[in-house]
Amino acid sequence: MSTFWQRFLGNPRVLLGLAWLALVLVIAVFAPLLAPNDPFEIVTDPFLRPFGEYLFGTDSLGRSMWAGLAHGARTTLIIASVATLASVAFGTVLGALAGFFGGLIDDVLMRLTEFFQTIPSFIFAIVLVAILAPSATSLIVAIAVVSWPPIARVVRGEVLSVKSREFVQAAVLAGQADLAILFKQVLPNTLSPLIVTGSLLVATAILIESALSFLGLGAPNLMSWGFMVGAGRSFLRDAWWLVTIPGIAILLTVLSINLVGEGLNDALNPRLADL
Amino acid sequence: MSEPVLRIEALQVALPAWSDRPLAVDGVSLSIERNEILCVVGESGSGKSVMAKSILGLLPAPHVRVTGGRIVFDGRNLLEAGEDELRAVRGGRISMIFQEPMVALNPLMKVGRQIDEVFSVHTDFNAQRRRERVVELFRDVQLPDPESIVGSYPHELSGGQRQRVMIAMSLALEPSLIIADEPTTALDVTTQAQILSLLKELQRKHGTAILFITHDFGVVAEIADRVVVMRHGKLIEAGATQAVLREPREDYTKALVSAVPSLRPRHLAGPRAPAPVLEIKALDKTYGGRASLFGGRGREVHAVKQVSLEVPRGHSLALVGESGSGKSTLARCIVGLESGYSGEILLDGENIAGLTRKQLKPYRHLVQMVFQDPFASLNPRNRVGDIIALGPILRGTRKADAWERARELLGLVGLQPDAVSRYPHEFSGGQRQRIGIARALAVEPRLILADEPVSALDVSVQKQVLDLLDELRQRLNLSMLFITHDLRVAAHVCETIVVMCRGEIVERGSTAEIFANPQHEYTRQLLESVPGKQWDH
Repeated sequence: MSTFWQRFLGNPRVLLGLAWLALVLVIAVFAPLLAPNDPFEIVTDPFLRPFGEYLFGTDSLGRSMWAGLAHGARTTLIIASVATLASVAFGTVLGALAGFFGGLIDDVLMRLTEFFQTIPSFIFAIVLVAILAPSATSLIVAIAVVSWPPIARVVRGEVLSVKSREFVQAAVLAGQADLAILFKQVLPNTLSPLIVTGSLLVATAILIESALSFLGLGAPNLMSWGFMVGAGRSFLRDAWWLVTIPGIAILLTVLSINLVGEGLNDALNPRLADL
Repeated sequence: MSEPVLRIEALQVALPAWSDRPLAVDGVSLSIERNEILCVVGESGSGKSVMAKSILGLLPAPHVRVTGGRIVFDGRNLLEAGEDELRAVRGGRISMIFQEPMVALNPLMKVGRQIDEVFSVHTDFNAQRRRERVVELFRDVQLPDPESIVGSYPHELSGGQRQRVMIAMSLALEPSLIIADEPTTALDVTTQAQILSLLKELQRKHGTAILFITHDFGVVAEIADRVVVMRHGKLIEAGATQAVLREPREDYTKALVSAVPSLRPRHLAGPRAPAPVLEIKALDKTYGGRASLFGGRGREVHAVKQVSLEVPRGHSLALVGESGSGKSTLARCIVGLESGYSGEILLDGENIAGLTRKQLKPYRHLVQMVFQDPFASLNPRNRVGDIIALGPILRGTRKADAWERARELLGLVGLQPDAVSRYPHEFSGGQRQRIGIARALAVEPRLILADEPVSALDVSVQKQVLDLLDELRQRLNLSMLFITHDLRVAAHVCETIVVMCRGEIVERGSTAEIFANPQHEYTRQLLESVPGKQWDH
């Protein structure tokens, strides 16, 4: 049987996705070196076409699009990954407790999850950001609050199925305490679906972040891709690159994450991939 | 002699590149005559199921494919037949019975309707005629009240009834060959006996040929006219059943035949020690539907009814019963996995009934369990050493010492000591069960509770595991409560037997007494059901 890495890296779609993500990551990490100026700084004339003096041209105020993209990658990636980590952590704990202890705890926690699931998530995010006042932190909070319920459901289902296996009973007989059983025996066996769901959640988080920034609800002092699309939309007919270039960046990044997520799923569940 | 129904010539089936061997089936030739039951015997991985599936073109292509040979049915080579022709043969001329009827039946469709569909696809019967045929078939397979069962869903039937429905379906179009792939492995012994005799009777009545796949020579003795033995994809022995059972030629066949536990009872070993290790007094357990926040209560099941028994020190006691008899619930009560029961459980003289998990902790090491499913009972993410050392470490042993002890224990159960650093998936079912035994022994228990420890294993591996358990028990002077549905297994390892039926103990006594003179109707039925009882080696 081939190993996980062979199956994962042997998939051309995964390689494409990873290549793009690596590029974005490098640009995000080295943004201060690659584009030393403040992305909000006016560097030259407005509406310079791309691939001339400035790689991606300039926007309506004469700011470098390249600097915007590089620093925007930073913002987008940080906010999306921190929000995802927060929602995965919260959703995992909640789902694990609900699935493991069952009974009243399960009922209460799952009704809570359903409560959050029934609110349209994007509108909920807008409301949260509006209440908390736009900032990077409130974006993270808003995204995390609207995206944990699916994680909680996935983890609960997995915990329910894993906890009925005999090795859990064996741990009980060995005298292991409940929480130790949950975290050392049960949760490690729920990792595969959790990793897949979590990786796909990053893509959703990027979309929510971009959409909020597009509406002007983003972090005010941080350049982001969604903000660039929003600022450029009124010049769509005169300066197509203002919207198109950051738009393509969002599209490719979300697509890459989905490709990698699907690849993870196929590699972690080889039998399903075969069918 | 007339033309055989099916002739397989030098069949070769290739496995995908990552498998442990290149060919699943390697040059197998056999033929089945009209009106004959041919048993194909082999352990899991011998290629017997792959061979059967290739007859009907059911291999999971493209990974597993036929690379050579011929399968001649009715003068046609099925391997060259097109998809349309194969479809006409499947169900119509050759039909198949699977191991797990619950999976093979569509859970959303009434069983009568599922057979009705066979007729509407393959025949031009009208609705009235189809319905009559379905009821007739259900009567044929001796389903109770055929008229009403037609309208039942698969989940409303018992395992045995579902298998009868499958048999009815396979008989629907009067096929000339039925392929039965371990059709009784998932069933209780008594149900297995009924299904086997039904198959035999129907086969005589309709003159059908049956290709019967099994790993159990007991079943072979019960049903087969002829038998072929397969190993590693090759056919290694073939002959008339009696000849193969009495005088197997190949060493492997000899091993398989002798692996079937004998019905000869063990005799009581040594005098009884005064104080029993485990004493259960009037244990009673009822499962009620849990009251949820919004729902009402579910129906109640009285799983264990006023059961009292004792396990003498240094002895082994078998608790025998079918699924649903309450024997596993009783076991779960003893090890403290259940709460909400009444009665007393005296372990080494101390009552542990109703203790909370924290209060139970000092008693945990006294009784340990060997589980049924070797694939579910070991955490796939932990190394074998971690699995075995967990109990001792939780009791305060230093990690290095616990791992050293795990190495010793692995040696004791017949595995390499360096297996500690490997993961469970690297081991076979029998080896995993040995790891499970090592884990149970790690905390030096007084009592081992074995819950169907061999029912998920091949017969040949069963015997090794049973012998190991028996030897260790005597060497370490342990007591054992052995839960099983198989009287042969019980006779092999236990001196005393307690028979449970519907939550109650219906008979108890020494193995020898019970086998010689069963008192209760149910015990007699269990004894009657042991496959291959007339043939005893």
